[in-house]
Amino acid sequence: MSDHTTHHEEHHKETFISKYVFSMDHKMIAKQYLITGIIMAVIGMVLSILFRIQLGWPDESFPFLEKVLGKWAQGGRIDPSFYMSMVTIHGTIMVFFVLTAGLSGTFSNLLIPLQVGARDMASPFINMLSYWFFFLSSVIMTWSLLIETGPASGGWTIYPPLSALPKAMPGSGLGMTLWLISMAIFVASALMGGINYISTVLNMRTKGMSMTKLPLTIWAFLLTAILGVLSFPVLFAGVILLIFDRGFGTSFYLSDIFIGGEALPNHGGSPVLFQHLFWFLGHPEVYIIIMPALGISSEIIATNARKPIFGYRAMIISLIGIAFLSFIVWGHHMFITGMNPFLGSVFMFTTLIIAVPSAVKTFNYLATLWRGNIQFTPAMLFAIGLVSLFITGGLTGIFLGNASLDINLHDTYFVVAHFHIVMGSAAMFGMFAGVYHWYPRLFGKMMDERLGYFHFWLTFIAVYCVFFPMHFMGLDGVPRRYYAFTSFDFMKEWLAVNRFISIAAILGSLAQFIFLYNFFRSIFKGKKAPQNPWNSNTLEWTAPVEHMHGNWPGEIPWVYRWPYDYSKPGHDEDFIPQNVPLSQTMSSNLPGDYGTHHGSKASH
Amino acid sequence: MTTNTSEIDEIKSTPWNGGRSPFNVEYGKMMMWFFLLSDAFTFSGLLIAYGALRFSSVSWPNPDEVFQSAPGIHGGAPLVFVGIMTFILIMSSVTMVLAVEAGHRKAKSEVSKWMIWTIIGGLAFLSCQAWEWTHLHHEGAWWGANPFLNKDGSVASTNFTNLFFTITGFHGFHVFSGVVLNVIIWINVLGGTYERRGHYDMIEKVGLYWHFVDLVWVFVFTFFYLV
Repeated sequence: MSDHTTHHEEHHKETFISKYVFSMDHKMIAKQYLITGIIMAVIGMVLSILFRIQLGWPDESFPFLEKVLGKWAQGGRIDPSFYMSMVTIHGTIMVFFVLTAGLSGTFSNLLIPLQVGARDMASPFINMLSYWFFFLSSVIMTWSLLIETGPASGGWTIYPPLSALPKAMPGSGLGMTLWLISMAIFVASALMGGINYISTVLNMRTKGMSMTKLPLTIWAFLLTAILGVLSFPVLFAGVILLIFDRGFGTSFYLSDIFIGGEALPNHGGSPVLFQHLFWFLGHPEVYIIIMPALGISSEIIATNARKPIFGYRAMIISLIGIAFLSFIVWGHHMFITGMNPFLGSVFMFTTLIIAVPSAVKTFNYLATLWRGNIQFTPAMLFAIGLVSLFITGGLTGIFLGNASLDINLHDTYFVVAHFHIVMGSAAMFGMFAGVYHWYPRLFGKMMDERLGYFHFWLTFIAVYCVFFPMHFMGLDGVPRRYYAFTSFDFMKEWLAVNRFISIAAILGSLAQFIFLYNFFRSIFKGKKAPQNPWNSNTLEWTAPVEHMHGNWPGEIPWVYRWPYDYSKPGHDEDFIPQNVPLSQTMSSNLPGDYGTHHGSKASH
Repeated sequence: MTTNTSEIDEIKSTPWNGGRSPFNVEYGKMMMWFFLLSDAFTFSGLLIAYGALRFSSVSWPNPDEVFQSAPGIHGGAPLVFVGIMTFILIMSSVTMVLAVEAGHRKAKSEVSKWMIWTIIGGLAFLSCQAWEWTHLHHEGAWWGANPFLNKDGSVASTNFTNLFFTITGFHGFHVFSGVVLNVIIWINVLGGTYERRGHYDMIEKVGLYWHFVDLVWVFVFTFFYLV
């Protein structure tokens, strides 16, 4: 323990710059990630409202749009190519900047050192660099919205040839270049964050914190970081080749292209190669998004149900299973690319197997809730909301994982409904749950609960109203990424539904301002947080409410038990924090508690 | 913690029980290992793209005809020049091992000596690569331009040169970064940074990177020059 104590004694004089800007303290970096993530989320949300207006009222013109968007909405009608840009940037921002960096960045940074019992990240300096790389990439991505030719517009998956030929469409020029620069910096940021999280979890656990005493949040963050470290570089490789195709006359992804009847010289490349490289990142990416949310909800559900998490080891094994399987399913995004049908059936097999660990997790959540003494805090509501969305969206995943069904459903609104529910909204709910739950730890203040309830119910209802009808549109064959559905009779019939979705989306977005108000107001005017507001067992609640370098004033607490000793029979309180020695809880100790030191004999 | 913890509170100090590194490595080295793992995936991505593009072509140029020159030898000597390059890079890995070994003994002047040899090896490799690129460029090869014919005499896809310049360029960039790192570390060695720190672990960390770059070259060499 002695080598851990040297760290906190050196108290530097802190300037504004070193405390709030170039901070190397993991708690400040977590706040920076969270606030940047929130700003990016608002940008992504505004874009979605703009294109929902187009989809809900395709024939009408709104003069205010011209005021907001200028030449992209002449006469109050959104320009079709700018519509594509908005869809692209909405997807990019939400997937990478909000739900990858905003979610993992915030909670991995806040919770990994505090929950494993470390003074800070393994390398605070690289941690700081990771945030500033993320910040730079956010600025570049946002800036690309403002340029003359418009931002990238080939979809967030940037498939060539639209992304590889600068002249293919307006957004393929400078907009696409900025997208690539931004994402290259983002990959560097994710890599620096990831190796830091992994090293901290493996190396810096406090005494007694064995891998099977880790909170499930930490397991989720660890596996998320491993996925990021192994999958982002493959996107990076794909992007390198794409950059050469764009600027250096190569043909990695291009072959036999005609523009305006004129043949391009490119020969020998394959656009499907890019799809393979992209989805080797792209599929793990959706688990990079959902796994931290699952970890957060595991923790919140156990704490607020006042019950041990059901099947702790099964939860870990299913997370490992999901992480492993996520690397061998990418082909299910490519069933209709002309892939060998046998290969398609292999990918279908591995894809459907993911339902097994996912179902294990879902049933474990339900079993944890079963007959629990449930405390319906806003965080708990969002965590339960996540379980609901995970089930709804997960079930449609089984449809889409079937190669034969996917031929019909591919690129329809069914897909849009599926991923917005299962990874978009569910992960967003995990992020909200985490913010409500750990806000006292982040800012030392409590958020307003009543506003939290309003926020939850409005968001929950809006999410289902927005995304559920899309399933039926998709089953009817309505394709995604269309600017307007006015030219085809069978699509026209969905106009009323589209308008309903748009209204629900607008109301749902307005509800987010309740959250923003609550969030920013509570920083300054919230009630002061008590030491352990949710009577939780994990180590972060043993650290002082006021942030300090090194997290704990004295020695780092040692850990004697798993984090889920809630409502243990024989103990007078309904929780026993991890740092309470077994000798102080003789009335509630079970024979298995003594065996846990020997590793595998644990029997919780 | 109380000093007289009762026996049931005793925490076994097994590798995974917390309070120590399970692999007995310090965090920086572990971060380097994970960085290299991720970099390995980047190179794998590129080399798999190479495989995919090459095997979707009907035919491919014969490396023995493309790479058959060396300074002073105009053709007819396949594998000679690249053999020298590979030998230089492998020798620089050997000198790096010697630098790490000298670091274990805290022998500053020896560390410095072997670091210089490693830096020289890296620069020599980069110079060879520069010569080879220039030579191929003079023969008309570049990104988007491939003067070489396929083995069966047909016109080859430009992807042969595209892949060659991109992947060897990416590897060369890694070697260049490694040389820069080595120079920084060497300056620190001379300045006595590691002597004051009491250990030469930084040499081991850049050493890991250097060996990795060497290992990647073995694959690049195999794919472009041998098969």
